[in-house]
Parts: sequence; structure tokens; C-alpha cells
Amino acid sequence: MTIQDWLQAAIADAERRGLPELKPLLEGLAQSTTLLRSAGFGGSANDLPDPGEDFDH
Amino acid sequence: MKTLTIEEFARQIRSKQITAVGVLEQCLERIRTEDPRLNAFIFVMADEARRDARRADEELDAGLDRGPLHGVPISIKDLFDITDTPTTAASHVRDGHVAGSDAVAIARLRRAGAVLIGKTNLHEFAFGTTNEDSAYGPARHPLDPTRSPGGSSGGSAASLAAGMALATLGTDTGGSIRIPAAICGTVGLKPTYGEIPAEGVVPLSRTLDHVGPLTSTVADAWHFFHALRGDTVLRPLAPSAIRQLRFGIPRKYFCDLLDPEVRRSFESSVDALRSAGATIHDVEIPNARFIATIYVHIVFGDAAPYHAAALETMPARYTPAVRLRLEMARYVLAEDYTRALEGREVLRREVDAALSGYDALLLPTVPIPAFTIGTATVDLNGSKEPIRNITLRLTQLFNITGHPAISLPCGKTSQGLPCGLQLVGTRGQTDQLLHVAAGVERVLSV
Repeated sequence: MTIQDWLQAAIADAERRGLPELKPLLEGLAQSTTLLRSAGFGGSANDLPDPGEDFDH
Repeated sequence: MKTLTIEEFARQIRSKQITAVGVLEQCLERIRTEDPRLNAFIFVMADEARRDARRADEELDAGLDRGPLHGVPISIKDLFDITDTPTTAASHVRDGHVAGSDAVAIARLRRAGAVLIGKTNLHEFAFGTTNEDSAYGPARHPLDPTRSPGGSSGGSAASLAAGMALATLGTDTGGSIRIPAAICGTVGLKPTYGEIPAEGVVPLSRTLDHVGPLTSTVADAWHFFHALRGDTVLRPLAPSAIRQLRFGIPRKYFCDLLDPEVRRSFESSVDALRSAGATIHDVEIPNARFIATIYVHIVFGDAAPYHAAALETMPARYTPAVRLRLEMARYVLAEDYTRALEGREVLRREVDAALSGYDALLLPTVPIPAFTIGTATVDLNGSKEPIRNITLRLTQLFNITGHPAISLPCGKTSQGLPCGLQLVGTRGQTDQLLHVAAGVERVLSV
């Protein structure tokens, strides 16, 4: 799920639950999550090999 | 107020200069006169404490000596279960709760002869650093009641700094022992993760929560820590010779955003240690910019399931700000929680590497001194920083990684507000960190 999709769904759910005041907090969390994902901790299935690496296998 | 240290108490009670009952009554009198303005206690256990102090005196008279904490009046953060008393966590969510047994840490303190004087105020469920959001009202700073004592163990720190107890038991999930210790001018120790069991403690994050003491001196922290470990064989604290010590300072990120007076106190302490012969070099935590986001995703992911049912059934019993943050926590995705756990391993390796060849890391504990209750943001280096973020900034890394860390007083601002110096040691070597801290304390107290 992209962060934008997650944020829209979370805000909609919060409003449905009568918690519209969560919106700015969720927007802040989205920024934090964007930073976390940018770090690439743990790697990704579509990580490309280093161009200089021999991957003849 | 100058508080009797545990070491002074231990000497004087054994030489019959004082009694446990007498010192307890002095603490109860301080509570009677000071607590109305500080709100450090949620409830005082005067009757039980008097009974336990009498027993402590009788045991010593009969030749039973339980060690350095024998008869010492200690306050307890109200997250710890004490048999037959409520554990409020400073929340009306817990109304009606009565503990059926002692937390492990409480049982160990009892075995060490401590006298439990009462339960102290905190940020609701320990989920904050200001102590403003408590069902029992904010705890206040002993030097200026318009200011926060820090948090979440703010009532604990205030009770110690105001002389209402000789030491206090706290918890630290992102800095909740070290932050109020620094802001109130006491010593605060977060041991290595898992060293002191957290059973019987209301959790915030079971992977970040640490149990530890706030005390007046490093020697007192040593005695308190060993009682919490359940150690029965006493070992002496051996302050390290400063000339043999090597310190690393992680300046990048950790010294980027500091109040000018906190910076001055920190640099003065570094200069004093260098002048005393310590070797000090800069070190680096390469992924430091990710600390806050890793912390947030772990603490949210851990806190959400514990609170989910109460948020559905009794949301109005939470203070509004804590309720909203816990509701926000419920939206963290599993994949992002796992990313944060992966990041935790990276940071753990980086702190290990930064410590390689050094006895401890040196950094300030909190970037700002005590702040006025109700302050939302603070201006540092031209940017507005939320109080919550800035107070956690220098401490939360070591909850993520589990390294032991201690805050020592290191001077005051021009307004007389305390500043804290943080030392971080090698995982599993909390004793060694305390030896180093005792050496540093000697230099800084000259």
C-alpha cells in the first residue's frame, strides 16, 4: 500500500469513527513513514544488483 | 533541598544517628508541605511505610541487615504493581484496579529492606515526556512549579529532588527516567534492556520498556540497581580513573539542536573531563536521522494492541491527547513496523561500532532545560521543534538499541535550571558504565 493510499484510508476511517482531529496527526505519521521507507531497511524484492557486481548466475 | 543520600542513610542508621522511622517521618512531612504545590504523588502509603520502617529498625536492632537499601524510603512510579494497592498508570482507564501481587522489581526492593512511601505521578500510561497529561493533574518542577519536571517519570523525579523520598523507581521507554532526571537535577539510570524484569509493570512497549532508578548520586544508583537485580552479594562501586577513560561524542545529529545554555554546560563538562586526562574523540551514528521514525513505528506498534480494547470501550477515560496518540498508533501498518525492526538492528550495530575502542559515549541528555507547562514547541536554531520530539531526541536511540545509559547533573542554566550529561555504555555492561559514571561524577562535582 502506498503511503498516500494508506493516509487517505486512515483519514476516512478516523472520520467514520468520529475522530476527525486525527487528521493532522496521521499526516505527520505519513511523513515519518515516508522517511522510514526511504531508508530501505531490510531490502526489497525489486532491489537491483550493484552494476559493478558480477551476477552471472 | 539537599536530600540525604542512600550511602549517608546507610552509614547513619548503622551508627544509630538516625532511624528508618525518623527519616520516613521527615519525608512524610516534606510530602505534607511540598506535594500540594508539586503534585508528585498520586497516593501516599503512610501507614504501610510506617509499619515497614518500624520493622526495618527492629530488624537492624536484632542483627538482620538487608544491605544498603535497608530502611530507605523510596517512591514508586505508579506503573508498578504493589500488592493490594491500585496501579493507576495516571489514567482513569485503570479505575478500580487493585494489584494482586508485587511486580518483580517491587518484590526485590522489599527483600532489600526498602520502605515504599507512595506511588508517584506520571504522564498517562507513560506515553509522553511532559507529565501534563495525567488523570491526576500535572506533576510540577520543584524549582519552579510553573515548569514541567519532565516525564514520563516526572512525579518520581520531583519527589526525589524535593526531598520527599531518598530515591525513586521509574521506567524508561524513550527516556522517561533520564529526561526527568536531567530536568530535575538528579541521576537517572536506564540499565541494559531486559536486565531488570518488567513483569508487573503496566507496559507501554514491551520491546522498549526499561526499569531503573533515579537517585541523588551514582553510588546510590549502584546500590539501587543491584537491589533491583536481586543481588545478595555486595560489590563495591569503583570509580574509574578519568585518565584511563576514552569517550566518543556523537556530535552529528545529537549536538545539532541544543539550547545554547545546555550546549555550554555540555561543552564545559567535556572540557573538564579532557582537562582531567580523559581521551575524547568524535564518533558517528550514520543512520541517526532515522532514529525518531524507527522509534515511533516501534512504540506505536507495541502500544496499540495493549490499548485497542480500552480505546473501543472507554475512550473518554483517557486524557484527550494520549487517546489521540494511541488511536494514531493503531494505523501503523505491519510492513512499516517490520521496517522499523530492521532499522533497529542497523542502529544497534552502529552504536556498538561507535562504542568500539571507547568506554562510553558522551552526549547531553535533553536538548532543553525545564520548560513551562503547556509549551507546545520550542525554537532551536531557527526551527520550531515540538516539545515531545525534542525531549526524546537524545535518549530514545538507546531504548531502541538496549544499550545502558545514565544521566548525571552537569551544571545549570543562568536561571538555575539543571542540565544533564548522558553516558552510554556497552550492552550487558551496566556495572562498567556505573564505574565510569562515578569517575565522571567526581570530576564534574569538583
